[in-house]
Amino acid sequence: LAKMSGGGSTLLGYIGIDTIIEQMRKKTMKAGFDFNIMVVGNSGLGKSTLVNTLFKSQVSRRSAGWARDEKIPKTIEIKAVSHVLEEGGVKMKLTVVDTPGFGDQINNDNCWEPISKYINEQYEKFLKEEVNITRKKRIPDTRVHCCIYFITPTGHSLRSLDIEFMKRLSHSVNIIPVIAKSDTMTIEERLEFKQRVRKELEMGGIEVYPQKEFDEDMEDKSDNDKIREAMPFAVVGSDKEYQVNGKRVLGRKTAWGIVEVENPNHCEFAQLRDFLIRSHLQDLKEVTHNIHYETYRAKRLNENGGLHPITCNDTQESNL
Amino acid sequence: LVQQKNLEGYVGFASLPNQVYRKSVKRGFEFTLMVVGESGLGKSTLINSLFLTDLYSGEYPGPSHRIKKTVQVEQSKVLIKEGGVQLLLTIVDTPGFGDAVDNSNCWQPIIDHIDSKFEDYLNSESRVNRRQMPDSRIHCCLYFIAPSGHGLKPLDIEFMKRLHEKVNVIPLIAKADTLTPEECQQFKKQIMREIQEHKIKIYEFPETDDEEENRLVKKIKDKLPLAVVGSNTIIEVNSKRVRGRQYPWGVAEVENGDHCDFTILRDMLIRTHMQDLKDVTNNVHYENYRSRKLAAVTYNGVDNNRAKGQLSTKSPMAQMEEERREHVTKMKKMEMEMEQVFEMKVKEKVQKLKDSEAELQRRHEQMKKNLEAQHRELEEKRRVFEDERANWETQQRLEQQKVEASRTLEKNKKKGKIF
Repeated sequence: LAKMSGGGSTLLGYIGIDTIIEQMRKKTMKAGFDFNIMVVGNSGLGKSTLVNTLFKSQVSRRSAGWARDEKIPKTIEIKAVSHVLEEGGVKMKLTVVDTPGFGDQINNDNCWEPISKYINEQYEKFLKEEVNITRKKRIPDTRVHCCIYFITPTGHSLRSLDIEFMKRLSHSVNIIPVIAKSDTMTIEERLEFKQRVRKELEMGGIEVYPQKEFDEDMEDKSDNDKIREAMPFAVVGSDKEYQVNGKRVLGRKTAWGIVEVENPNHCEFAQLRDFLIRSHLQDLKEVTHNIHYETYRAKRLNENGGLHPITCNDTQESNL
Repeated sequence: LVQQKNLEGYVGFASLPNQVYRKSVKRGFEFTLMVVGESGLGKSTLINSLFLTDLYSGEYPGPSHRIKKTVQVEQSKVLIKEGGVQLLLTIVDTPGFGDAVDNSNCWQPIIDHIDSKFEDYLNSESRVNRRQMPDSRIHCCLYFIAPSGHGLKPLDIEFMKRLHEKVNVIPLIAKADTLTPEECQQFKKQIMREIQEHKIKIYEFPETDDEEENRLVKKIKDKLPLAVVGSNTIIEVNSKRVRGRQYPWGVAEVENGDHCDFTILRDMLIRTHMQDLKDVTNNVHYENYRSRKLAAVTYNGVDNNRAKGQLSTKSPMAQMEEERREHVTKMKKMEMEMEQVFEMKVKEKVQKLKDSEAELQRRHEQMKKNLEAQHRELEEKRRVFEDERANWETQQRLEQQKVEASRTLEKNKKKGKIF
């Protein structure tokens, strides 16, 4: 017997409406889904290592031929690398967008512009497909769902570049700041640093993901509040395994001990992973689609007095 | 040709080094150390660790705790005494270096500072009364490299290229407890490769005649650049009290040679090579500065160096050409200025005339308005008058008609026509 709230009638037998969840699950599994993650930060902060650790495979731009002594590029490049991962029957097309050269030059003015441009270009691509007369059954989604921003662990405060970047991009993409290479700091230093960073973000009016304004209900709010209290997560990445207490763990071996990546007493990598992948992956996509993309779309439609739908073959003469 | 003679008895001049030593101890020593690097690399902590004093403490926090908008150069002096020897230590800090979004020319204030110290020394050397010659020249510059694990940043390369011929540059890998031993090795190799590639001349340890010392020097050279860790806290490890950093996975000890190169740096900087750093500063960097500065003066007989530290190594012809060009530009500038002044005056006059014109116009308008108002008043009055007259006339007619009507009535009455 199923009882519906909202003034519905009580059912007189089992119908099977609740199997819709199972049907949805089956469809999602068959279709698979896309997830696009962007990593931004100074060179040498362990971005590629962290992404590899998060997805337990070599998915970063350095997956093909790791070159530690790669030269810092003269201008910012945007490099997107895609891989298909499968787990428990679910297929995910993961695209990692890397931004080598960010913040590495002597003059870093406007170094956020190529990144902003890339993000908007993905929205534009999606918009064009949506506005077509004959639309594809499944629009390929290259929009950036999540941008992980790596903060240098100075132990003091955010740098001007950090604040500038996050201010400008927090309205067009979900930004998740993390403290990179956090094995530089002792536990007390880490707490102080996190507090200071949170205060600076608040003072700068920077809303990072999960944004307070998009909490749907009390449950969401309390979950997200807990996460917001713990952010930014202080992480350590590694793709090497060591033996600790009879277990094989991912870690970094120094002369005075082994830093265990997945040990919550050592760093907050496990928390970040659970948050990013195990609980909020779908929400990241939804916020990107329902809020950031819609904002972009509304702006575009208001600009030129409307868009004209075009046929699939007519992409050259778009009125956009 | 100087012949060596054998002594026939004890003379006693072997005590000369002792005499020098005693005099130096009485005089005391000076040493100026500059630290350069981005904020948050542990410079203040390292200085505290090196000299075991709290130069930067809670009440006087290190420059990193104060936000700086532009690069500053700050000096702090501390007098340290040990075993009867006193050292006046000056630490020159450079807060704000590399912290802005646009860091172009952030090295310029530092270069200017070094040159100004050279200039001070040159001036005091050239004075008549040279009793007191304080030496505030920078003897050593510790440059802190961020432990990215990859290589040098463009800023690092630019800075070292511009300063290696002015001061002894000793590059250090800061916060070295971020790196595992393998990463550290690779990082050091990469840095040294890049330093050679860009022909940067970092401070070189001198070769000596002593075999033992040479071996030590070679060991140090292999470990360049030194990877350091600093700490203000003392922790107990195996019932020993050591300076270190406490992590959940262990304690990184500052003075443990297996953990980092701090002891090598300290020994080298303070215990063995302090005097050599001063000598190289005096004999090489200072002499370079001096010869360049004085050469510029002798070429023209006139002191061309109006700006501090401006070196001029051109030939006399080029110098004259430059002076001519300067003169021409100065003339042009004066001409432009006069034109500007003239234009301004003209504008003022035009404006004044315009103003009075506007005033006259306004008055004219006002008078016209008054006139029109009066005109309208009169019109109004005339209309009223006309109305009255018309009324009066109609009334008169009415009266007339009435009178006529009553007359006819009476006539008719008389005639008996009205019943």
